[in-house]
Amino acid sequence: MESDKNFVLGVYDDEDLLLNGIKDVRDGGVKIHEVYSPFPVHGIEAAMGYKTSRLSVAAFLFGLTGTCLALTMQIGMMTVDWPMIIGGKDFLPFPAFIPVTFELTVLLAAFGMVGTFFTVSNLKPWGKPRIFDLRITDDKHVMAVDLAKNGQSEEEIKKVLKASGASEVNNKNFV
Amino acid sequence: MHAESVVRQPLVTGGKTVHDITNDICGRVEEKPAKSWLLAMAISLTVLVIGGYYVGQLLWHGIGEWGLNKTVGWAWDITNFVWWVGIGHAGTLISAILLLFRQRWRMAINRAAEAMTIFAVICAAMFPILHMGRPWLGAIWALPLPNTYGSLWVNFNSPLLWDVFAISTYFSVSLVFWYIGLIPDFASIRDRATTKIRKAIYGALSFGWDGASKTWSRYETVSLVLAGLATPLVLSVHTIVSMDFATSVIPGWHTTIFPPYFVAGAIFSGFAMVLTLLIVTRKVYKLEDYITIQHIELMNIIITVTGSIVGVAYITEFFIASYSGVEAEQYAFINRAFGPYWWAYASMMTCNVISPQLFWFKKIRTNIASTFVISIIVNIGMWFERFVIIVTSLHRDYIPSSWAMFYPKAADIGVYLFSFGFFFTAFFLFAKFFPVINMAEVKSILKTTSEKTDK
Repeated sequence: MESDKNFVLGVYDDEDLLLNGIKDVRDGGVKIHEVYSPFPVHGIEAAMGYKTSRLSVAAFLFGLTGTCLALTMQIGMMTVDWPMIIGGKDFLPFPAFIPVTFELTVLLAAFGMVGTFFTVSNLKPWGKPRIFDLRITDDKHVMAVDLAKNGQSEEEIKKVLKASGASEVNNKNFV
Repeated sequence: MHAESVVRQPLVTGGKTVHDITNDICGRVEEKPAKSWLLAMAISLTVLVIGGYYVGQLLWHGIGEWGLNKTVGWAWDITNFVWWVGIGHAGTLISAILLLFRQRWRMAINRAAEAMTIFAVICAAMFPILHMGRPWLGAIWALPLPNTYGSLWVNFNSPLLWDVFAISTYFSVSLVFWYIGLIPDFASIRDRATTKIRKAIYGALSFGWDGASKTWSRYETVSLVLAGLATPLVLSVHTIVSMDFATSVIPGWHTTIFPPYFVAGAIFSGFAMVLTLLIVTRKVYKLEDYITIQHIELMNIIITVTGSIVGVAYITEFFIASYSGVEAEQYAFINRAFGPYWWAYASMMTCNVISPQLFWFKKIRTNIASTFVISIIVNIGMWFERFVIIVTSLHRDYIPSSWAMFYPKAADIGVYLFSFGFFFTAFFLFAKFFPVINMAEVKSILKTTSEKTDK
C-alpha cells in the first residue's frame, strides 16, 4: 500500500478525551500520523512526544542580527562616514543609539521568527491544505492514522481508536 | 471548619458549546450586512470624504492651511498624533502583557483591541507624515537612505527619528501578532464557506492552515515569544513619543517624569477606546455571552488604576516645577493652570483625574451606559492633556512680544475628521469581514471557564 494516501480517522469530542485517546492509541502500538484540533490543546506536546520548539532560538538569533545591524548602521553613518557635532555630543553618542537598536532588535526577531514559523509549518497564501475533516476548524479533534505505516490491519486500528474514546471512526483516502 | 476558595466567575456565559462559538462568530461574517452596519459605514465614509477634501487642500497649499503661527509651531497635528498613538496602546497591551500574566479574560477582547490598535497607529502616523508638507519626499528625510548631500545621514540623536523606528516597528509587529491569531479563525470561515469566492478569499487569508497539532504547538511558542517581544515594545513606543518633548529644553516639556506618565496615559486612553468600540460591537452582534460585564469591569479597573497614575503625574509635575526653583518652569505650570488656556487644563483635570474615580463604585463600573459615557469622557480628557502639554508650553515663549494664541482653522478640524473617518471605516470593515472574537482562544478556555463546567 502507498503511504500518505489512506487514513483511518478517530474523531474526538473534546480535548480531554483526545489527550487520553492519544495515550491509549500510542500504548496500543498504533503510530499516529498527526492530530488536528480547532484550538491549541495544552499537554499535547508531551502526549505526542514533540521536542521543545527551537523557534525561540531562531527569534534570539534574528534579534541578535538586528542588534548588530542597527549598531553597525548607526556607528557607520554617524561616527565613521560623516562625523558631526550635534548638541555637543560625542561622535559616538552610544545612549542615543539605544532606542533604534532596541526597535530593530525587536523588529528582526519578530519577523524572523514568524517567517521561520511560516516556512517550517508550510503556511503560505497559496497553500492548499489537506483537509481530513471539515469539522476540525469547528469543534472536533481528529486523529489521523496512516494505514501504510502501521503493521496492524484496518480493523485492528479501528478497534484501538474506538476503544480510546473516539466518537466516530472514519476512513479518508486522498488520491 | 473548612474554607472554600471563591470560585471565579465564568468568562463565557449562556451555556455555549464549542460549535456555538463558531456559529456565533462566523455567522456575523457570513450574513448579509445589516442595515445598521450600512448606515454606520455610510456615515464614516462621509466623514472620510469630507476630511479627505481638507487633506487634499493641505497637500495642495501646504501646511499654512493649519492655524499654526510663529510661536505655536506644533498644535493639533502633534496633539492628534500623540492621542492616536496612545489609543493604539491597548491592543498590544491586552494581547502581550495580559498573555504573559496569563489573564484569560483577554481572549474575548484581544482581536478587536488589536485591530483598533493597528488602525489607530495608522491614524497617528498620518499626522507627522502630513506635517512634512511634501510627504512624498518623506522617505528621504526620515529614513537612513544613501543620498547625494554628502552623505548627510539622518540624525540618530533625534527623538523624532527614534519615533520613526518605534512607530513603524510597533505597527508591523502588532500587525503580525494580530494576523497570526487570525489565521486559524480564517480557516474556520474557509471550511464553512458555501460560495467559491468566499472559499478562495478566506482560503488565501488562512495560509493553508490545517490545524495540525505540530503547527499548534509552534503557534503557541510563536505567540509566547511575540508577547515577550511586544511587551517591552509597547512600553518603549510611548516612552519614545514622550521623549519628543522630554529631551527638549522647553519649560513644561523638559521633565523626566514624561516616559512613565505617557505610558500610563496611553494605556488609560487605549482601554477607554476599546470600551467605547466593544460596548457597541457587543450590543450589535449580541456578544453578551463572550464579552461579559466581568470583562467590562476588569477593563474599568485598569482605567481607574492608570487614570490615578496620570493624576499623580499631573500633581508631581507641579510639585517638581515649584521645588526646582527654575522660574521659567514655574511660570509654564502656573500659566498652564491659570493662564488663557485654563479651560483646557480644567477639562483635562476633570475628564482624566475625576471621572475615572467614579469607577470605585461597583454600580458605576458594572453599568454599561455609565461605562460608555466615561470611556468617551476619558478620551476627550486625554486629547486635552496632549493639547495642554503642547500648546500651553509653546504659546508664551521667551519674548513677550511673540506671545500668541492658537486658533484652529478648517484644515485642522478637517484633517482630524479625516483620521476619524479612516478609523471608523477600517473598524467597521474589520467588524464585518473578520471574526471579531478570537474563536480558537475562546474555545480553548471554554471547558475550564464556562457556566456548564463550573456547575
